[in-house]
Amino acid sequence: MRHARVENWSRGDSPIHRRHAAAKILAALAILFSIASLQSGALTGYILYIALLLLAGRVARLPLVAMLRAAAAVLPFALCFALVTALAGDRELAVRLVIRSYISALTAVVLVATTPMPRLIAGLEWLRTPRFLTQVMQFLYRYLIVLMEEAGAMGRAAASRAGALRTIQFRQAAGAASVLFARSYARAEAIHRALLARGFEGQMPVFRTQRFTIADAGLATAAGAFAVVVRTLA
Amino acid sequence: MSLIVDVRQLHFTYEDGTAALNGVDFDLNHGGAVALLGANGSGKTTFVHHLNGILRGAGSVVIDGLPVTEKNLREIRKRVGLVFQDSDNQLFMPTVLEDVAFGPMACGAPAPEAADRARAALDRVGLLAKAGKAPWHLSAGEKKKASIAGILAMDAKLLVLDEPTTFLDPPARRSLAELLSGLPQAKILVTHDAAFAGRLTSDAAFFEAGRIVARGRVEEIRRQFNW
Repeated sequence: MRHARVENWSRGDSPIHRRHAAAKILAALAILFSIASLQSGALTGYILYIALLLLAGRVARLPLVAMLRAAAAVLPFALCFALVTALAGDRELAVRLVIRSYISALTAVVLVATTPMPRLIAGLEWLRTPRFLTQVMQFLYRYLIVLMEEAGAMGRAAASRAGALRTIQFRQAAGAASVLFARSYARAEAIHRALLARGFEGQMPVFRTQRFTIADAGLATAAGAFAVVVRTLA
Repeated sequence: MSLIVDVRQLHFTYEDGTAALNGVDFDLNHGGAVALLGANGSGKTTFVHHLNGILRGAGSVVIDGLPVTEKNLREIRKRVGLVFQDSDNQLFMPTVLEDVAFGPMACGAPAPEAADRARAALDRVGLLAKAGKAPWHLSAGEKKKASIAGILAMDAKLLVLDEPTTFLDPPARRSLAELLSGLPQAKILVTHDAAFAGRLTSDAAFFEAGRIVARGRVEEIRRQFNW
């Protein structure tokens, strides 16, 4: 299960894992804003960011190749937009779009691979993100896992009968998608009932609270300073 | 002896028009145990979902003297622990300990107290060593025990187990039967596995078309309905 792999990464122990989620979110935001504002032709800036993220992955003891591959999930979408941009005549922007998308995805991968989802959500709440949004995120995350599990089960069922969901015809694919939705909906409902049965009243309890320390402030400040420096120099 | 469950003339119809319960009368004493037997779709699961207010039908459902109403839901859910058929639907927190602590915390217990209660419940079911593991790394039997620990941590007075032996191999079934027989709480077992039910209780009720059509000893019910 792919989600289990990322969950496992996030449950590791390293100086980055131990930092407050809010500090890591602030650091990630600083990097994302800086990447978005880099001038055209700022190749050094992009290289510096990739190096920084690889260094973070190394310190966090993440498998670097798998991490780079996980970030590549954004490429099909980025390439689509890049193709349209290139066809419109702006090749340089198209290339920049792909690079920026990839580095942004890599930033997100490092963030979620070093922060368990409940802490990430607690970090967002610490940063005063509206509770409603964090609840939606929590459920979205849980139900995406449901969707992936159901899709995996259907794929295995198709494979066991010598079929493959990705090679079947459009009509069958549409039918499979509707079944997947119905199955996922039923499971999501079962999960919600299980939540209600244990006293859930709309608010997820936070099991561990973490203090925002000087080291956390240091991480966020360092990331911000790095972003400013790269933005200025590149 | 006072009643932990007292249900009178319970009716329930799903939104698609399926009449799932057609006047169920049922009672159970504190500390008692009963097996609910019957075919798929006979109303067993729908019935038990009424016991902690997940479903609300017409009729009277009283748990430990408290009517199941909106006002009493929090207290009712503390008293009725529901273990679902598919443990994967029930276990959703990142670690076993956090999952077991979810119920007490959702009912207002502070985190340290919830963690203590979760550890005690995990110790009770023999899973304390797995407290830090992710739930999806547990075996089917361990997941079932973790689900049971989740409701033990809430100090439930009534355990409702929906098809508790699904996905379990014989050793895991034996282990679960031993665990359950050692728990003092009242128990309702929704099951097709009459042999398993017979190890935990001699009392059974048989569901048919949304009604309890017979109540008596497990062996008698099995003979009467060729179950």
